[in-house]
Amino acid sequence: MREYRYGRIKPSGITDQHVWLKRRQLIKAGMAAGAGLLLGGANGQAMAAVAGPGNNRKIPLSGEGVDGGVLVPTEYEHITTYNNFYELGYGKETPAENAAALKTRPWSVKVSGECTKPGIMDIEDILKLDQEERIYRFRCVEAWAMVVPWVGFPLGEFLKRFEPTSRAKFVEFETLYDPEHLPGQKRMVLDWPYREGLRMDEAMHPLAFMATGLYGEVLPGQNGAPLRLVIPWKYGFKSIKSIVSIRFVEKQPLNSWNAAAANEYGFYANVNPRVPHPRWSQERHRVLGKGIFGGKEDTLLFNGYAEEVASLYSGMDLRKYF
Amino acid sequence: MTKWRIVVFLVSLLPLAAMVWGALHDRLGANPAEALSHESGSWALRFLLITLSITPLRRLTGWRKAVLLRRMLGLFSFFYACLHFLVWLWLDREFAWGGMLADIATRPYITVGFLSFLILIALALTSNMFSMRRLGLRWKGLHRLVYAAALLAILHFIWLVKADLMQPLIYLGVFVVLMLLRLPRKAVMRKPRRMVKKQVVA
Repeated sequence: MREYRYGRIKPSGITDQHVWLKRRQLIKAGMAAGAGLLLGGANGQAMAAVAGPGNNRKIPLSGEGVDGGVLVPTEYEHITTYNNFYELGYGKETPAENAAALKTRPWSVKVSGECTKPGIMDIEDILKLDQEERIYRFRCVEAWAMVVPWVGFPLGEFLKRFEPTSRAKFVEFETLYDPEHLPGQKRMVLDWPYREGLRMDEAMHPLAFMATGLYGEVLPGQNGAPLRLVIPWKYGFKSIKSIVSIRFVEKQPLNSWNAAAANEYGFYANVNPRVPHPRWSQERHRVLGKGIFGGKEDTLLFNGYAEEVASLYSGMDLRKYF
Repeated sequence: MTKWRIVVFLVSLLPLAAMVWGALHDRLGANPAEALSHESGSWALRFLLITLSITPLRRLTGWRKAVLLRRMLGLFSFFYACLHFLVWLWLDREFAWGGMLADIATRPYITVGFLSFLILIALALTSNMFSMRRLGLRWKGLHRLVYAAALLAILHFIWLVKADLMQPLIYLGVFVVLMLLRLPRKAVMRKPRRMVKKQVVA
Protein backbone atom coordinates (compact mmCIF):
# COMPACT_ATOMS: atom_id res chain seq x y z
CA MET A 1 0.00 0.00 0.00
CA ARG A 2 2.61 2.57 1.01
CA GLU A 3 4.84 3.30 -1.90
CA TYR A 4 6.96 5.99 -0.34
CA ARG A 5 9.55 5.60 2.42
CA TYR A 6 10.99 8.86 3.50
CA GLY A 7 14.66 8.77 4.35
CA ARG A 8 15.17 5.03 4.21
CA ILE A 9 15.37 4.08 0.61
CA LYS A 10 17.80 1.32 -0.22
CA PRO A 11 20.55 2.35 -2.64
CA SER A 12 19.17 -0.26 -5.03
CA GLY A 13 15.90 1.67 -5.12
CA ILE A 14 17.63 4.74 -6.48
CA THR A 15 18.18 4.88 -10.19
CA ASP A 16 21.32 6.73 -11.15
CA GLN A 17 20.23 9.97 -12.79
CA HIS A 18 22.40 9.45 -15.85
CA VAL A 19 20.99 5.99 -16.28
CA TRP A 20 17.40 7.10 -16.21
CA LEU A 21 18.03 10.11 -18.38
CA LYS A 22 19.56 7.81 -20.94
CA ARG A 23 16.72 5.33 -20.52
CA ARG A 24 14.21 8.11 -21.04
CA GLN A 25 16.00 9.35 -24.14
CA LEU A 26 15.76 5.86 -25.57
CA ILE A 27 12.06 5.65 -24.77
CA LYS A 28 11.51 9.12 -26.20
CA ALA A 29 13.44 8.34 -29.36
CA GLY A 30 11.37 5.22 -29.85
CA MET A 31 8.11 7.07 -29.24
CA ALA A 32 9.05 9.97 -31.48
CA ALA A 33 10.00 7.54 -34.21
CA GLY A 34 6.70 5.72 -33.82
CA ALA A 35 4.74 8.95 -33.80
CA GLY A 36 6.72 10.13 -36.81
CA LEU A 37 5.70 7.05 -38.70
CA LEU A 38 2.06 7.54 -37.81
CA LEU A 39 1.81 11.26 -38.33
CA GLY A 40 4.32 11.94 -41.03
CA GLY A 41 7.57 13.85 -40.70
CA ALA A 42 6.32 17.29 -39.74
CA ASN A 43 4.22 16.17 -36.79
CA GLY A 44 6.90 13.84 -35.61
CA GLN A 45 9.27 16.77 -35.39
CA ALA A 46 6.73 18.91 -33.60
CA MET A 47 6.38 16.22 -30.96
CA ALA A 48 10.10 15.91 -30.51
CA ALA A 49 10.33 19.66 -29.88
CA VAL A 50 8.35 19.45 -26.64
CA ALA A 51 9.73 16.10 -25.61
CA GLY A 52 12.47 17.61 -23.34
CA PRO A 53 14.18 17.73 -20.92
CA GLY A 54 17.26 19.12 -22.54
CA ASN A 55 16.33 22.68 -23.41
CA ASN A 56 16.94 24.30 -20.04
CA ARG A 57 19.97 25.00 -17.86
CA LYS A 58 21.05 22.00 -15.81
CA ILE A 59 21.17 22.22 -12.02
CA PRO A 60 24.14 20.44 -10.43
CA LEU A 61 23.09 18.24 -7.51
CA SER A 62 25.05 18.28 -4.26
CA GLY A 63 23.55 15.22 -2.65
CA GLU A 64 21.70 12.09 -3.56
CA GLY A 65 18.43 13.45 -2.30
CA VAL A 66 15.38 11.30 -1.74
CA ASP A 67 14.12 9.00 -4.42
CA GLY A 68 10.47 8.13 -4.66
CA GLY A 69 11.22 4.42 -4.43
CA VAL A 70 8.87 2.71 -6.85
CA LEU A 71 7.29 5.95 -8.07
CA VAL A 72 7.63 6.34 -11.82
CA PRO A 73 8.00 9.99 -12.85
CA THR A 74 5.36 11.32 -15.24
CA GLU A 75 6.61 12.22 -18.73
CA TYR A 76 8.34 15.61 -18.88
CA GLU A 77 6.01 16.57 -21.70
CA HIS A 78 2.91 16.03 -19.54
CA ILE A 79 4.38 17.76 -16.49
CA THR A 80 5.14 20.82 -18.60
CA THR A 81 2.00 21.05 -20.76
CA TYR A 82 -0.77 20.46 -18.22
CA ASN A 83 -0.56 23.20 -15.62
CA ASN A 84 -2.76 25.37 -13.47
CA PHE A 85 -0.95 28.69 -13.45
CA TYR A 86 -3.61 31.34 -14.00
CA GLU A 87 -1.03 34.12 -14.23
CA LEU A 88 -0.06 32.60 -17.58
CA GLY A 89 -3.58 31.70 -18.73
CA TYR A 90 -6.64 29.94 -17.39
CA GLY A 91 -6.52 26.79 -19.51
CA LYS A 92 -4.36 23.75 -18.86
CA GLU A 93 -2.15 24.25 -21.91
CA THR A 94 -2.10 28.05 -22.03
CA PRO A 95 0.57 28.43 -19.30
CA ALA A 96 3.03 26.48 -21.46
CA GLU A 97 2.09 28.61 -24.49
CA ASN A 98 2.51 31.88 -22.57
CA ALA A 99 5.55 30.82 -20.53
CA ALA A 100 7.80 33.34 -22.30
CA ALA A 101 5.80 36.16 -20.67
CA LEU A 102 7.34 35.25 -17.33
CA LYS A 103 10.73 36.95 -17.06
CA THR A 104 12.80 35.15 -14.45
CA ARG A 105 15.84 37.46 -14.54
CA PRO A 106 16.49 39.61 -12.66
CA TRP A 107 14.68 37.87 -9.80
CA SER A 108 14.97 38.12 -6.07
CA VAL A 109 13.01 36.91 -3.10
CA LYS A 110 12.23 39.24 -0.24
CA VAL A 111 12.10 37.60 3.18
CA SER A 112 10.50 39.75 5.86
CA GLY A 113 8.27 39.78 8.91
CA GLU A 114 8.87 38.15 12.27
CA CYS A 115 12.53 37.23 11.89
CA THR A 116 15.84 38.61 13.08
CA LYS A 117 17.62 38.47 9.73
CA PRO A 118 15.24 39.68 7.07
CA GLY A 119 16.69 40.17 3.63
CA ILE A 120 16.51 40.01 -0.11
CA MET A 121 18.08 37.03 -1.80
CA ASP A 122 18.98 36.92 -5.46
CA ILE A 123 17.89 33.87 -7.45
CA GLU A 124 21.47 33.15 -8.52
CA ASP A 125 22.46 32.91 -4.85
CA ILE A 126 19.48 30.66 -4.19
CA LEU A 127 20.60 28.39 -7.02
CA LYS A 128 24.04 28.17 -5.34
CA LEU A 129 22.51 26.51 -2.26
CA ASP A 130 22.87 22.73 -2.08
CA GLN A 131 20.34 21.24 -4.49
CA GLU A 132 18.92 17.74 -4.29
CA GLU A 133 16.36 15.71 -6.19
CA ARG A 134 13.05 14.57 -4.72
CA ILE A 135 10.53 12.43 -6.51
CA TYR A 136 7.13 13.29 -5.08
CA ARG A 137 3.55 12.52 -5.88
CA PHE A 138 1.65 15.69 -6.82
CA ARG A 139 -2.12 15.67 -6.32
CA CYS A 140 -4.30 18.48 -7.67
CA VAL A 141 -7.56 19.42 -5.97
CA GLU A 142 -9.18 18.73 -9.36
CA ALA A 143 -8.62 14.98 -8.87
CA TRP A 144 -5.66 14.46 -11.18
CA ALA A 145 -2.12 13.65 -10.17
CA MET A 146 1.40 13.21 -11.43
CA VAL A 147 4.80 12.16 -10.16
CA VAL A 148 7.46 14.84 -10.42
CA PRO A 149 11.24 14.57 -10.00
CA TRP A 150 11.82 17.98 -8.43
CA VAL A 151 15.17 19.64 -7.84
CA GLY A 152 15.57 22.05 -4.95
CA PHE A 153 16.16 22.22 -1.22
CA PRO A 154 14.22 21.67 2.00
CA LEU A 155 12.07 24.71 2.83
CA GLY A 156 12.79 24.51 6.57
CA GLU A 157 16.54 24.79 6.21
CA PHE A 158 16.12 27.75 3.91
CA LEU A 159 13.76 29.54 6.30
CA LYS A 160 16.13 29.02 9.27
CA ARG A 161 18.73 31.24 7.57
CA PHE A 162 16.49 34.21 8.30
CA GLU A 163 16.04 33.25 11.95
CA PRO A 164 12.29 33.44 12.49
CA THR A 165 11.36 34.62 15.99
CA SER A 166 8.91 32.99 18.39
CA ARG A 167 6.22 35.30 17.05
CA ALA A 168 6.46 33.66 13.65
CA LYS A 169 3.48 31.28 13.70
CA PHE A 170 2.86 31.15 9.95
CA VAL A 171 4.70 31.77 6.70
CA GLU A 172 3.07 33.68 3.87
CA PHE A 173 4.23 33.36 0.26
CA GLU A 174 3.48 35.64 -2.66
CA THR A 175 3.75 35.15 -6.42
CA LEU A 176 5.09 37.82 -8.76
CA TYR A 177 2.56 40.55 -9.57
CA ASP A 178 3.21 41.91 -13.06
CA PRO A 179 -0.04 42.46 -14.96
CA GLU A 180 1.81 44.19 -17.80
CA HIS A 181 3.55 40.96 -18.74
CA LEU A 182 1.53 38.16 -17.15
CA PRO A 183 -1.56 37.82 -19.35
CA GLY A 184 -3.69 36.12 -16.70
CA GLN A 185 -3.33 39.02 -14.26
CA LYS A 186 -5.06 41.42 -16.64
CA ARG A 187 -8.40 40.15 -15.36
CA MET A 188 -9.37 39.77 -11.72
CA VAL A 189 -10.10 36.06 -11.95
CA LEU A 190 -8.34 35.80 -8.59
CA ASP A 191 -7.34 38.58 -6.20
CA TRP A 192 -3.76 39.07 -7.43
CA PRO A 193 -1.06 38.54 -6.41
CA TYR A 194 -1.52 34.85 -5.65
CA ARG A 195 -0.90 34.12 -1.99
CA GLU A 196 -0.38 30.97 0.01
CA GLY A 197 0.53 30.14 3.56
CA LEU A 198 1.73 27.39 5.86
CA ARG A 199 1.74 26.90 9.58
CA MET A 200 5.31 27.18 10.89
CA ASP A 201 5.56 23.49 11.82
CA GLU A 202 4.32 22.51 8.36
CA ALA A 203 6.92 24.76 6.74
CA MET A 204 9.69 23.28 8.89
CA HIS A 205 8.70 19.68 8.09
CA PRO A 206 11.48 17.83 6.23
CA LEU A 207 9.14 16.95 3.33
CA ALA A 208 8.30 20.62 2.64
CA PHE A 209 10.39 21.60 -0.34
CA MET A 210 11.42 24.59 -2.42
CA ALA A 211 11.85 23.61 -6.06
CA THR A 212 14.15 25.34 -8.49
CA GLY A 213 13.95 22.67 -11.15
CA LEU A 214 12.56 19.40 -12.44
CA TYR A 215 14.14 16.56 -14.34
CA GLY A 216 17.56 17.95 -13.41
CA GLU A 217 17.01 21.31 -15.08
CA VAL A 218 15.73 24.73 -14.03
CA LEU A 219 11.94 25.03 -13.93
CA PRO A 220 10.17 26.08 -17.11
CA GLY A 221 7.94 29.13 -16.67
CA GLN A 222 4.69 27.18 -16.67
CA ASN A 223 5.87 25.12 -13.68
CA GLY A 224 6.55 28.19 -11.56
CA ALA A 225 10.04 29.36 -12.49
CA PRO A 226 12.36 30.26 -10.97
CA LEU A 227 11.33 29.19 -7.49
CA ARG A 228 8.23 27.45 -6.20
CA LEU A 229 6.92 25.63 -3.20
CA VAL A 230 6.22 21.88 -3.19
CA ILE A 231 4.12 20.47 -0.35
CA PRO A 232 3.50 16.88 -1.44
CA TRP A 233 0.84 16.01 1.14
CA LYS A 234 -1.38 18.99 0.23
CA TYR A 235 -3.42 19.79 -2.86
CA GLY A 236 -1.43 21.39 -5.64
CA PHE A 237 -2.76 24.91 -5.20
CA LYS A 238 -0.80 25.16 -1.92
CA SER A 239 2.43 24.73 -3.87
CA ILE A 240 2.64 28.38 -4.92
CA LYS A 241 4.69 29.25 -7.99
CA SER A 242 7.15 31.99 -8.99
CA ILE A 243 7.68 33.25 -5.45
CA VAL A 244 8.89 36.82 -4.85
CA SER A 245 8.02 37.26 -1.18
CA ILE A 246 8.17 35.19 1.98
CA ARG A 247 6.86 36.70 5.18
CA PHE A 248 6.85 35.33 8.74
CA VAL A 249 3.57 36.31 10.36
CA GLU A 250 1.73 35.82 13.61
CA LYS A 251 -1.77 35.31 12.21
CA GLN A 252 -2.96 32.70 9.74
CA PRO A 253 -2.65 34.27 6.30
CA LEU A 254 -5.50 34.26 3.78
CA ASN A 255 -4.61 32.09 0.79
CA SER A 256 -5.95 33.06 -2.64
CA TRP A 257 -8.26 30.13 -3.30
CA ASN A 258 -9.62 30.27 0.22
CA ALA A 259 -10.40 33.95 -0.39
CA ALA A 260 -12.04 33.11 -3.73
CA ALA A 261 -14.28 30.29 -2.46
CA ALA A 262 -13.97 29.56 1.25
CA ASN A 263 -16.44 26.66 1.18
CA GLU A 264 -14.41 24.84 -1.49
CA TYR A 265 -10.77 25.54 -0.66
CA GLY A 266 -9.51 25.67 2.88
CA PHE A 267 -6.29 26.91 4.42
CA TYR A 268 -4.93 23.43 5.15
CA ALA A 269 -5.93 21.71 1.90
CA ASN A 270 -4.46 18.40 3.02
CA VAL A 271 -5.12 15.60 0.55
CA ASN A 272 -7.94 13.58 2.09
CA PRO A 273 -10.13 11.07 0.24
CA ARG A 274 -12.77 11.27 2.96
CA VAL A 275 -13.37 15.01 2.66
CA PRO A 276 -15.01 15.65 -0.71
CA HIS A 277 -14.80 18.92 -2.56
CA PRO A 278 -18.38 20.30 -2.58
CA ARG A 279 -18.56 19.67 -6.32
CA TRP A 280 -16.69 16.41 -6.73
CA SER A 281 -15.40 13.40 -4.84
CA GLN A 282 -11.77 13.23 -3.73
CA GLU A 283 -11.76 9.46 -3.28
CA ARG A 284 -9.94 8.71 -6.50
CA HIS A 285 -7.76 10.54 -8.96
CA ARG A 286 -6.40 10.14 -12.45
CA VAL A 287 -2.64 9.89 -12.87
CA LEU A 288 -1.64 11.82 -15.97
CA GLY A 289 -0.03 10.10 -18.91
CA LYS A 290 -1.85 6.78 -18.62
CA GLY A 291 -4.02 7.24 -21.67
CA ILE A 292 -7.77 7.38 -22.10
CA PHE A 293 -8.45 4.03 -20.48
CA GLY A 294 -5.68 4.31 -17.89
CA GLY A 295 -8.28 4.44 -15.14
CA LYS A 296 -8.05 6.10 -11.76
CA GLU A 297 -6.26 5.32 -8.52
CA ASP A 298 -7.39 5.51 -4.91
CA THR A 299 -6.36 8.74 -3.25
CA LEU A 300 -4.47 8.19 0.00
CA LEU A 301 -4.73 10.26 3.16
CA PHE A 302 -2.09 13.02 3.02
CA ASN A 303 -1.36 11.82 -0.52
CA GLY A 304 0.39 8.74 0.86
CA TYR A 305 2.67 10.69 3.22
CA ALA A 306 0.56 10.07 6.33
CA GLU A 307 3.35 8.24 8.12
CA GLU A 308 5.51 11.34 7.96
CA VAL A 309 3.02 14.19 8.39
CA ALA A 310 -0.09 12.87 10.20
CA SER A 311 1.38 13.89 13.58
CA LEU A 312 1.21 17.55 12.52
CA TYR A 313 -2.56 17.30 12.66
CA SER A 314 -3.20 14.99 15.59
CA GLY A 315 -6.36 15.94 17.42
CA MET A 316 -7.54 18.20 14.60
CA ASP A 317 -10.93 17.72 12.95
CA LEU A 318 -9.81 17.32 9.33
CA ARG A 319 -13.36 17.89 8.12
CA LYS A 320 -13.53 21.26 9.78
CA TYR A 321 -9.97 22.26 8.93
CA PHE A 322 -10.04 21.04 5.34
CA MET B 1 -32.52 20.65 -49.75
CA THR B 2 -31.16 17.12 -49.82
CA LYS B 3 -27.75 18.53 -50.71
CA TRP B 4 -27.89 20.92 -47.78
CA ARG B 5 -28.84 18.08 -45.49
CA ILE B 6 -25.92 15.94 -46.59
CA VAL B 7 -23.47 18.81 -46.18
CA VAL B 8 -24.74 19.73 -42.71
CA PHE B 9 -24.74 16.07 -41.71
CA LEU B 10 -21.11 15.57 -42.73
CA VAL B 11 -19.93 18.85 -41.20
CA SER B 12 -21.69 17.94 -37.96
CA LEU B 13 -19.63 14.77 -37.78
CA LEU B 14 -16.33 16.71 -37.90
CA PRO B 15 -16.06 17.25 -34.11
CA LEU B 16 -16.51 13.50 -33.64
CA ALA B 17 -13.86 12.82 -36.28
CA ALA B 18 -11.47 15.21 -34.51
CA MET B 19 -12.04 13.44 -31.18
CA VAL B 20 -11.53 9.98 -32.66
CA TRP B 21 -8.41 11.12 -34.54
CA GLY B 22 -7.00 12.76 -31.41
CA ALA B 23 -7.67 9.65 -29.35
CA LEU B 24 -6.06 7.31 -31.89
CA HIS B 25 -2.98 9.48 -32.30
CA ASP B 26 -2.54 10.34 -28.62
CA ARG B 27 -3.05 14.03 -29.34
CA LEU B 28 -5.54 14.84 -26.60
CA GLY B 29 -2.92 16.06 -24.13
CA ALA B 30 -1.94 14.82 -20.70
CA ASN B 31 -5.51 14.15 -19.61
CA PRO B 32 -7.31 12.69 -22.64
CA ALA B 33 -10.37 11.59 -20.66
CA GLU B 34 -10.94 15.17 -19.53
CA ALA B 35 -10.33 16.46 -23.06
CA LEU B 36 -13.00 14.10 -24.44
CA SER B 37 -15.43 15.15 -21.72
CA HIS B 38 -14.90 18.86 -22.42
CA GLU B 39 -15.07 18.45 -26.20
CA SER B 40 -18.23 16.35 -26.26
CA GLY B 41 -19.94 18.61 -23.71
CA SER B 42 -18.99 21.78 -25.56
CA TRP B 43 -20.26 20.41 -28.87
CA ALA B 44 -23.55 19.27 -27.34
CA LEU B 45 -24.11 22.83 -26.13
CA ARG B 46 -22.93 24.41 -29.38
CA PHE B 47 -25.28 22.25 -31.43
CA LEU B 48 -28.12 23.11 -29.08
CA LEU B 49 -27.49 26.82 -29.67
CA ILE B 50 -27.11 26.28 -33.43
CA THR B 51 -30.48 24.52 -33.36
CA LEU B 52 -31.98 27.48 -31.54
CA SER B 53 -30.56 29.85 -34.13
CA ILE B 54 -32.60 28.36 -36.95
CA THR B 55 -35.76 30.26 -36.10
CA PRO B 56 -34.03 33.69 -35.91
CA LEU B 57 -32.10 32.82 -39.07
CA ARG B 58 -35.35 32.10 -40.85
CA ARG B 59 -36.84 35.37 -39.65
CA LEU B 60 -33.84 37.47 -40.55
CA THR B 61 -33.09 35.97 -43.94
CA GLY B 62 -36.45 34.70 -45.02
CA TRP B 63 -34.82 31.34 -45.82
CA ARG B 64 -37.80 29.27 -44.78
CA LYS B 65 -36.34 25.90 -45.66
CA ALA B 66 -33.75 26.26 -42.90
CA VAL B 67 -36.30 24.72 -40.59
CA LEU B 68 -35.82 21.43 -42.42
CA LEU B 69 -32.31 21.25 -40.92
CA ARG B 70 -33.43 21.89 -37.39
CA ARG B 71 -34.31 18.36 -36.35
CA MET B 72 -30.99 16.98 -37.55
CA LEU B 73 -29.05 19.68 -35.69
CA GLY B 74 -31.03 19.00 -32.56
CA LEU B 75 -30.31 15.30 -32.85
CA PHE B 76 -26.60 16.07 -33.21
CA SER B 77 -26.77 18.00 -29.96
CA PHE B 78 -28.35 14.91 -28.40
CA PHE B 79 -25.68 12.72 -29.98
CA TYR B 80 -22.81 14.74 -28.48
CA ALA B 81 -24.67 14.91 -25.16
CA CYS B 82 -24.83 11.09 -25.20
CA LEU B 83 -21.09 10.96 -25.80
CA HIS B 84 -20.53 13.45 -22.97
CA PHE B 85 -22.70 11.34 -20.64
CA LEU B 86 -20.91 8.14 -21.68
CA VAL B 87 -17.47 9.67 -21.10
CA TRP B 88 -18.57 10.75 -17.63
CA LEU B 89 -20.16 7.40 -16.79
CA TRP B 90 -17.28 5.34 -18.13
CA LEU B 91 -14.05 7.32 -17.77
CA ASP B 92 -14.95 9.55 -14.85
CA ARG B 93 -17.33 7.55 -12.67
CA GLU B 94 -15.97 4.19 -13.93
CA PHE B 95 -19.48 2.71 -13.94
CA ALA B 96 -19.77 3.11 -10.17
CA TRP B 97 -23.55 3.42 -10.20
CA GLY B 98 -23.82 4.31 -6.52
CA GLY B 99 -21.38 7.17 -6.87
CA MET B 100 -23.10 8.26 -10.04
CA LEU B 101 -26.53 8.51 -8.44
CA ALA B 102 -25.04 10.26 -5.41
CA ASP B 103 -23.40 12.76 -7.76
CA ILE B 104 -26.68 13.48 -9.52
CA ALA B 105 -28.48 13.92 -6.21
CA THR B 106 -25.91 15.99 -4.33
CA ARG B 107 -23.82 17.96 -6.81
CA PRO B 108 -25.88 20.79 -8.30
CA TYR B 109 -23.85 21.16 -11.48
CA ILE B 110 -24.34 17.48 -12.22
CA THR B 111 -28.01 17.64 -11.26
CA VAL B 112 -28.75 20.40 -13.79
CA GLY B 113 -26.58 18.77 -16.44
CA PHE B 114 -28.44 15.51 -16.00
CA LEU B 115 -31.82 17.28 -16.13
CA SER B 116 -30.80 18.90 -19.38
CA PHE B 117 -29.83 15.48 -20.71
CA LEU B 118 -33.19 13.98 -19.66
CA ILE B 119 -34.99 16.71 -21.60
CA LEU B 120 -32.86 16.03 -24.67
CA ILE B 121 -33.71 12.32 -24.42
CA ALA B 122 -37.44 13.12 -24.35
CA LEU B 123 -37.11 15.50 -27.30
CA ALA B 124 -35.01 13.06 -29.32
CA LEU B 125 -37.47 10.22 -28.71
CA THR B 126 -40.38 12.35 -29.88
CA SER B 127 -38.61 13.94 -32.82
CA ASN B 128 -40.15 11.59 -35.39
CA MET B 129 -43.26 12.16 -37.51
CA PHE B 130 -45.15 9.44 -35.68
CA SER B 131 -44.75 11.18 -32.32
CA MET B 132 -45.60 14.55 -33.85
CA ARG B 133 -48.88 13.14 -35.11
CA ARG B 134 -49.62 11.25 -31.89
CA LEU B 135 -48.92 14.22 -29.63
CA GLY B 136 -50.63 16.78 -31.84
CA LEU B 137 -50.77 20.15 -30.13
CA ARG B 138 -48.96 18.87 -27.06
CA TRP B 139 -45.86 18.21 -29.20
CA LYS B 140 -45.10 21.90 -29.48
CA GLY B 141 -45.43 22.39 -25.74
CA LEU B 142 -43.12 19.49 -25.06
CA HIS B 143 -40.52 20.72 -27.50
CA ARG B 144 -40.51 24.18 -25.96
CA LEU B 145 -38.53 22.44 -23.20
CA VAL B 146 -35.54 22.86 -25.48
CA TYR B 147 -35.11 26.36 -24.02
CA ALA B 148 -34.93 24.87 -20.52
CA ALA B 149 -32.45 22.25 -21.73
CA ALA B 150 -30.16 24.97 -23.12
CA LEU B 151 -30.40 27.09 -20.00
CA LEU B 152 -29.71 24.10 -17.73
CA ALA B 153 -26.73 23.11 -19.86
CA ILE B 154 -25.30 26.62 -19.56
CA LEU B 155 -25.92 26.57 -15.81
CA HIS B 156 -24.11 23.20 -15.69
CA PHE B 157 -21.13 24.90 -17.35
CA ILE B 158 -21.23 27.99 -15.10
CA TRP B 159 -21.33 25.88 -11.94
CA LEU B 160 -18.49 23.59 -12.90
CA VAL B 161 -15.79 26.17 -13.67
CA LYS B 162 -13.41 27.13 -10.89
CA ALA B 163 -12.85 30.82 -11.36
CA ASP B 164 -12.84 31.98 -14.97
CA LEU B 165 -16.48 32.44 -15.98
CA MET B 166 -15.70 34.01 -19.36
CA GLN B 167 -16.50 30.95 -21.51
CA PRO B 168 -19.85 29.92 -20.01
CA LEU B 169 -20.95 33.56 -19.94
CA ILE B 170 -20.26 33.83 -23.67
CA TYR B 171 -22.61 30.89 -24.22
CA LEU B 172 -25.16 32.56 -21.96
CA GLY B 173 -24.81 35.75 -24.00
CA VAL B 174 -25.44 33.88 -27.24
CA PHE B 175 -28.48 32.20 -25.69
CA VAL B 176 -29.90 35.55 -24.53
CA VAL B 177 -29.40 37.06 -27.99
CA LEU B 178 -31.15 34.09 -29.59
CA MET B 179 -34.05 34.54 -27.19
CA LEU B 180 -34.30 38.31 -27.82
CA LEU B 181 -34.40 37.69 -31.56
CA ARG B 182 -37.56 35.68 -30.93
CA LEU B 183 -39.46 38.59 -29.41
CA PRO B 184 -42.36 39.70 -31.57
CA ARG B 185 -40.95 42.24 -33.97
CA LYS B 186 -43.06 45.17 -32.82
CA ALA B 187 -42.01 44.69 -29.22
CA VAL B 188 -38.36 44.91 -30.22
CA MET B 189 -38.98 47.96 -32.37
CA ARG B 190 -40.79 49.84 -29.66
CA LYS B 191 -37.88 49.53 -27.23
CA PRO B 192 -35.11 52.09 -27.50
CA ARG B 193 -31.92 50.51 -28.75
CA ARG B 194 -29.99 51.05 -25.56
CA MET B 195 -32.36 49.00 -23.51
CA VAL B 196 -32.09 46.05 -25.81
CA LYS B 197 -28.33 46.22 -25.57
CA LYS B 198 -28.46 46.27 -21.82
CA GLN B 199 -30.48 43.10 -21.78
CA VAL B 200 -27.94 41.44 -23.99
CA VAL B 201 -25.20 42.16 -21.51
CA ALA B 202 -27.23 40.89 -18.59
